[in-house]
Amino acid sequence: MQKMLGLARFAALMSSLLASGSALAYTGAKWNLPEGVTEISHEVHGLHMMVFWICVVIGVVVFGAMFYSVFAHRKSKGAVAAKFHESTTVEIIWTAIPFFILVAMAIPAAATLVKMDDTRNADLSIKVTGYQWKWQYEYVGEDVSYFSTLAKTSNKARQLQSGVDVNTVDNYLVDVDNPLVLPVGKKIRFLITSNDVIHAWWVSQIAVKKDAIPGYINEVWTKIDEPGTFRGVCAELCGRDHGFMPIVVKALPEDEFKAWLAEKKGGGEQVAAAATTSVMPAAATMTDAAPAAEAPVEVAAVTPAPAAAAPAAAAGKSKEDLVAHGEKVYKGNCAACHQVTGAGMPPTFPALVGSKVATGPKAGAIAQVLKGKNMMPPFSQLSDDDIAGVLTYVASSWGNKGEIVQAADVAAARK
Amino acid sequence: MAHTDHTTHLHDDHAHHGPEKGIMRWIKTTNHKDLGTLYLVFAFTMFFIGGLMSLVIRAELFHPGLQFVHPEFFNSMTTLHALVMIFGGVMPAFTGLANWMVPMQIGCSDLALPRINNWGFWILPFAFALLLSTLFMPSGGPAGGWTMYPPLVLQMGEGFPFLIFAVHLMGISSITGAINVAVTILNMRAPGMTLLKMPLFCWTWLITAYLLIATMPVLAGAVTMLLTDRYFGTSFFTASGGGDPVLFQHVFWFFGHPEVYILILPAFGVVSTIIPTFARKTLFGYDSMVYATASIAFLSFIVWAHHMFTVGMPLAGELFFMFSTMLIAVPTGVKVFNWVATMWRGSMTFETPMLFAVAFVFLFTIGGFSGLMLAMAPVDFQYHDTYFVVAHFHYVLVPGAVFSILAGVYYWIPKWTGRMYSEFWGKTHFWLSAVFINITFFPQHFLGLAGMQRRVPDYAVQFTDFNEISTIGAFGFFVSQFIFIFNMLRCMSKSGVPATDRVWEGAHGLEWTVPSPAPYHTFEVPPYVGDDETSNLHDTAKAH
Ligand code: HEC
Ligand SMILES: [Cu+2]
Ligand SMILES: [Cu+2]
Repeated sequence: MQKMLGLARFAALMSSLLASGSALAYTGAKWNLPEGVTEISHEVHGLHMMVFWICVVIGVVVFGAMFYSVFAHRKSKGAVAAKFHESTTVEIIWTAIPFFILVAMAIPAAATLVKMDDTRNADLSIKVTGYQWKWQYEYVGEDVSYFSTLAKTSNKARQLQSGVDVNTVDNYLVDVDNPLVLPVGKKIRFLITSNDVIHAWWVSQIAVKKDAIPGYINEVWTKIDEPGTFRGVCAELCGRDHGFMPIVVKALPEDEFKAWLAEKKGGGEQVAAAATTSVMPAAATMTDAAPAAEAPVEVAAVTPAPAAAAPAAAAGKSKEDLVAHGEKVYKGNCAACHQVTGAGMPPTFPALVGSKVATGPKAGAIAQVLKGKNMMPPFSQLSDDDIAGVLTYVASSWGNKGEIVQAADVAAARK
Repeated sequence: MAHTDHTTHLHDDHAHHGPEKGIMRWIKTTNHKDLGTLYLVFAFTMFFIGGLMSLVIRAELFHPGLQFVHPEFFNSMTTLHALVMIFGGVMPAFTGLANWMVPMQIGCSDLALPRINNWGFWILPFAFALLLSTLFMPSGGPAGGWTMYPPLVLQMGEGFPFLIFAVHLMGISSITGAINVAVTILNMRAPGMTLLKMPLFCWTWLITAYLLIATMPVLAGAVTMLLTDRYFGTSFFTASGGGDPVLFQHVFWFFGHPEVYILILPAFGVVSTIIPTFARKTLFGYDSMVYATASIAFLSFIVWAHHMFTVGMPLAGELFFMFSTMLIAVPTGVKVFNWVATMWRGSMTFETPMLFAVAFVFLFTIGGFSGLMLAMAPVDFQYHDTYFVVAHFHYVLVPGAVFSILAGVYYWIPKWTGRMYSEFWGKTHFWLSAVFINITFFPQHFLGLAGMQRRVPDYAVQFTDFNEISTIGAFGFFVSQFIFIFNMLRCMSKSGVPATDRVWEGAHGLEWTVPSPAPYHTFEVPPYVGDDETSNLHDTAKAH
C-alpha cells in the first residue's frame, strides 16, 4: 500500500515535471546528453546511446528472468525448490557472451578516443587558465587575452538570500561577462592549465572536458560545425565558488570572428601586464606539453575595466566608506587565501597582518592586486572602487596602519 | 540434529563467563558479539549524522539560488557526508557484521585477536570526534571533497591536521579489523570447515580484508604527504615546488578503487547468504562466486585511473584503464546471473531480508550499468564530475551496500536478540526505502546528462524539477529509516515474538545451530560440521 502511495506521488510529480518543461536547459537537453555541434560530440552521443541500449537489453533479459522467477517460483504458489546448483556449460556461456559484448563496445570507443587525442595541425590555439574563480583566455600569438567571469546579474542573484528571484535572471549561473569567441569550421586547440587549484573546463555541446591543473598544460581540440552560443561550467571542485565560474563559447562564422579579433587587438586598451600573468608556475617545464611555453609572452589586453563611478573618482571617499565596502570585497575575493583573519596560510599564502606590501606605499599594493604575483592571481577585473576599498580595508584592519587608497589611485595605476 | 548437543553443553559449561555489568562491559569488552553490537550501533549513529548532512545538501538544492547555507559550508557538508558515510557508516557496519557472524559461521569461539578488536573499535569515536570538531572551528570543516585533492585541500584552515589525523585513525581501525578477520578465517575454522565450504560472507570478507590491508597504508601515505607539504616544506604535490598534483590522484585512487570493492564485497556475501535461504535452494555456482570475487578484487587494483580520465593521461594509459575497467563487468555479471539462477525454480518467500536482497540485485545492477557507461573513456569525459556519477555511486552504495547491511541485520537480529522483529513494519520499511531511494537518485541521472556538475550549492534554473524530486525522495528516505531503528530497538529490548534456533525455514550454517539468542560464548569446543550446514553442499547431503 505504501508503495502505491509513493507511486502516486511520483506520478503526480512526473506529470508536473513534463508540463513545466518550458525552460530549455542550457545545454539544449533536459534528460539526456546533448548531441552537440561537433563531429566528436556526435560520436560521443552515439556511443552513449549505444551503451545505453545495450544495458537496456541486458536489463530486460536479466530482470525479466528475475521477476518472472519472483512471481512464478513462490512457495505460496506451491513451487518446490529444484536441486540444481551448478552447470559449467551455462556458466561458461554467461561469462563469454558479456565478454564479446564488451569487445564490441570497446572498439568504437577506442576509435573515438584516438580521434580525440589528435591535437595536431590546429588552426588556432587558445590557452585557457583556471583561476579561483574565473577563466582566462589567451589567443596564442594574437596578442589577445582576457578574463571571463560570472555575469553581474547572476552574481548578484546568487548571494545567500539575495532576495532576487533567480528565475527572472537570464541564463542564471551560465552567463559570463566576456565569452570565449571562436571561429566555426576551424580546428581549435585548447591548452588548459591553472594558476591555483585544479579546475575542469567543460562545454558539453562540444564534448570537451579537461582538467586545468597547475604545472600541467593539457591539450584538447574541437572543430565547431555551426555558429551559436554554447554554455558550460567548471566541473572540478575548486573551492568556495566552484559553482560560479561558468563558461560561454560564442562560435562565429570565420569573417565575423576575424573582425572581432582585429577589433580586440586594436580597440582594447593595451596594458603591458606583468609577465607573471602568463608565465606558468616553475614546474610547468616538467611536463612534456611545452608548446605554450614557446609562445611569445602575452600582452594582456585588460578587459575594459568597469569604469569607476565618476563622483568617487572626483572627490574621493571617506575612509569609513572605503573600509565598509572593502570588507565585502575582501571576503568575496581574498579571504579564501589570506583568510578572514588576515593571517593567511603560510608558507603558501602570506599573512596580510603586518605585511610590508599591504602597509607600505600604496603603489606596491595596487600593483600586487592588479597584476598578481606567483600564486596570487591578478584581480584587474575588479572595479577601481573595489580595489580601492579592499586595499584600504587591508591597510587599516587587524592592527595594520597603512595608506588610504582611492579609486583614482587605482585608475592611475592602470594607465 | 546431531550437533546441537555440543553447543548447549558448551553454553552450560561457561554460564559463569557472562558479561560484566554496566558501562565498563562495553569499554573493556573483548567479546566479538559485544564488539559487533558496538560497531553496528556506531555505524547507525554515523548513518544518522551523515544523513543529516545530506539533508542540508538536499534542502539547499531544493530550489535554485542560495537559501540556507554559504557555499563554503555546503562544500564541507558534501565532504563530511562522504567521509562519515564511507568510513563511519558502511565500513564499521560491515566490520560489525563480521564481528558477529564470522566466528559463528566458521565455528570458533571469538576473533583471533580480541584485544586488538577492542582497540580497533574504540579508535573510531576519537577519529570522528576529531573530524567533526573541525565544523566548530572558525575556518570550518574540510571543504575540498572527500578525495582531498591538493592543491585545494591545502587551502583548508586550522582544521587541516585534524582531518589528516582522523583519516589516519580510521585507517588504523580498519587495518586492525581486517587483520583480525583474515587471521581468524585462516586459522580458526572448525575441523571440516574447509575454505571451499565456507559461507560466502566469510569468503567475501576474507578478500575484503586483503584489500584493506593492501590499500589503507597507501591512503595513510598519501595524506601524510599532504601533511608534510603543508607544514614541513615538502612539495610532493605542489607544482611550484617541483611536485605533481596529479601524483596525489594516482595514489589516492590506487586506494580509492579497491575501497569501492571494500564497500561492496561484503554486501555480495550477505546477499549470497540470504537469497539461498529464502529460495530454499543452494547457491548457484558457489565456486564461480568465489572466483568471481577474487577476480574482482584483483582487477580492482588495475583500474584506478578511470576516476581520472580527464586529467590528461597519455592515450595508451586511457585505453588501458578503459579496457581493464570494462573487464570488471564480466565477474560482476557472473555474480548477478548466479543470484538470479539461485532464485530460479526455487521455493521463494519474501520476508524483509529477502525483499532487501532482491532489491539489492535489481538496483545494484542498475548502478552497474551506469558504471559500464562510465567505463567508456570518451563518453566518461561527458559524465565525469556530473550528477550522473553521483547517481551511479549512490545506486551501488545505498540500494547496494546499505540495503545489504539492512538485509543482514534483519536476517540475523533474531539470532542476536532471540526475538523476531515485526514483519509488518519490516516490509513497510522496505517499500518506503525502495521507493524513496529511487525517487532520490534516479532523476540525478538526467541532471548529470543534461549538464549539472556535482559539488555545487546552486544550479541553472532548468534543473529545478529534478532537484525538487530528488530532495523529496531524500527526506522521505531519511524519515523511513526510523521505522527500522524502532523495529530493531524492539528486538533489543526483548519484546516481540521469541525466535526459534533455526529462525528461517531454509537457513543453513553453523550460526543457526546455536540457541537464539546466541549465548555470550559460542563454539568454545569446535562443532561438528555436517554437510547440512555448509554452503555449497547441503542439498546433495539431503539427497543421501
Ligand atoms: C589564490 C589565492 C590568493 C587570493 C585569492 C589573493 N591572494 Fe594575495 N597573495 C597570494 C599569494 C600566494 C601571495 C604571495 C605572492 C608572492 O609574493 O609570491 C599574496 C600576496 C599578497 C600581498 C602581499 C603580501 C606580502 O606581504 O608580500 C597582498 C597585499 C595581497 N596578496 C593582497 C590580496 C588582496 C587584497 C586580495 C583580494 C583582492 C588577495 N590578495 C587575494 C594569494 C592570494
Ligand atoms: Cu570548479
Ligand atoms: Cu573506481
